[in-house]
Amino acid sequence: MFPTPLEKTSRTWQITYQGLLPVAVILWLLPLLAVAIFSVKPAADFAGGEYWNWPSEFAGFENYMRVFTDSPMPRYVLNSFMITIPTVIGAVALSCMTGFALGVYKFRFNLAVFFLFIAGNFVPFQILMVPVRDLTIDMGLYNTKTGLVLFHIAFQTGFCTLFMRNFIRALPVELIEAARVEGIAEWRIFWYIVLPLMKPAIAALSVLIFTFIWNDFFWAVVLTQGPSAQPVTAGITSFNAQFGVAYHMLSAGSIIAALPPVAMFFLMQRHFIAGLTLGAVK
Amino acid sequence: MANASLDYQKDNWLHRNRMIITPWLFLLPGIIFFVIYVVYPIAESFRVSFYKWDGLGVPEYVGLKNYSDLFKDRAFEISLINNFKWLILYLLAIPAGLLISLFLNQNVRGIRLYKSLFFFPFVISQVVVGLVFSWFYLPNGGLLNEVLAVFGMGKINVLGDPKLATYGIIAAGLWPQTAYCMILYLTGLNSVDPEQIEAARLDGAKGSRMLWHVIIPQLKPATFIAFVVTIIGALRSFDLISIMTNGGPFGSTRVLSFYMFEKALSEYGFRMGYGAAIAVVLFLIMLCFIGYFLWSMYQDEKGR
Repeated sequence: MFPTPLEKTSRTWQITYQGLLPVAVILWLLPLLAVAIFSVKPAADFAGGEYWNWPSEFAGFENYMRVFTDSPMPRYVLNSFMITIPTVIGAVALSCMTGFALGVYKFRFNLAVFFLFIAGNFVPFQILMVPVRDLTIDMGLYNTKTGLVLFHIAFQTGFCTLFMRNFIRALPVELIEAARVEGIAEWRIFWYIVLPLMKPAIAALSVLIFTFIWNDFFWAVVLTQGPSAQPVTAGITSFNAQFGVAYHMLSAGSIIAALPPVAMFFLMQRHFIAGLTLGAVK
Repeated sequence: MANASLDYQKDNWLHRNRMIITPWLFLLPGIIFFVIYVVYPIAESFRVSFYKWDGLGVPEYVGLKNYSDLFKDRAFEISLINNFKWLILYLLAIPAGLLISLFLNQNVRGIRLYKSLFFFPFVISQVVVGLVFSWFYLPNGGLLNEVLAVFGMGKINVLGDPKLATYGIIAAGLWPQTAYCMILYLTGLNSVDPEQIEAARLDGAKGSRMLWHVIIPQLKPATFIAFVVTIIGALRSFDLISIMTNGGPFGSTRVLSFYMFEKALSEYGFRMGYGAAIAVVLFLIMLCFIGYFLWSMYQDEKGR
């Protein structure tokens, strides 16, 4: 193990290390602690220029209530869920199939198709912006959740295919070959043999895509406007316009916007990290 | 293995070719989606970049004019320079992530919680990160200035100063990116061969020599991925700029991705062709890196 395990180091360093950990975490998360504290401060504190002091009184309840009653925030949050969940399902379903095809079969253009997906996944969004926006308008899907979902599914399929294909590649080939010898149809091999083995990959991808899509801002701005279809990331910015320098309200809104992916991360941490490292860092 | 029904099926064209047809059937839905929303738009953007078009009327073919205009456009030049600043400074996330991962790579009580807390910034939307950092930088009452005051230094207005604003935004971007690299390295450190470390220890290697000659070479896969995601992240930077400065002050924080958006879709006018030309330039820059990544992956695949 590197660095030297703590048990084998000097007593002084052991104590220092234990003391350093919480200090480091607090410093690292200072920006977030600040928002958390901002969100429970009364407006008067900011008016008086008291930004970084302890709240003079706990106003968290009022602030959060106001976010829910005085703003379209609930609408935005709901939109975010209605965009994110279908995208996760769609992208994972498509990439299970593409990953299976690319991971199991040897055929011409296998690597070419695989690289097409990878390359597409790396592309800067802006090169897609004008045509995708036009396409969405032409289909009558501008400013709808469906329009966003369709694009997200298509784009995420690139990354998901890379992930799924590498995962399937690591599965034991013998299983599939044995099934073939038995004369089992290919789609049955996919459905009854490979898919059940892919559960960890599906879990990992789902959490990851959930976070990516929830946090998307660019496409939300390009393909939607207003509370009817916009997700919470874009909503927060119009919130910014509505409440101006009402930092306590903005903070409460930000916390609400950040909560679902954070909760997801903590619930599915193991899968999340397995997903991020892409199986490439074993 | 060869039974009667199988022999019968062999005459069937579909069955004979099933190993060729099946993969394409599985690929079809994915490929259709991908072609419609990714491949075709790339080609279409190239095409649009040769036109003068407001997004509604009839596009007028202008050849390379959009591109020649770009080279006379001071705002484009600033965006390009800022893109390179992003590229270079964003790479700091890699050593920073390595450093934190080395710090956290211990088996003490509660370390798992510490690791997850350190990863936190990456899970949060850049929109929120941008908002928080802009409060940090507030000229009056921002935490940064309060801290500077403690050290007896004067106030600075990071986001209001054309010389500083880009660096202020990059610093905000480094925060989640470092967290990402840290996780990659933590996973990588798990798989470092303990026997090699022991052997190196017996040879008297420790500290930085051990890190440089034994550990870092073994972390190569993690470094590769960290490099890929950091480069892509740097070139894609948009959210933070849009939230923190909206390109200002005086356009000093624009990057290509943001400038393109501004040209094509904002109150400054719907110049789709010009915007597409900017996007093409950004794409070509990215293509150098994508080419390199694919080439390395291809070398890897060949090795299998």
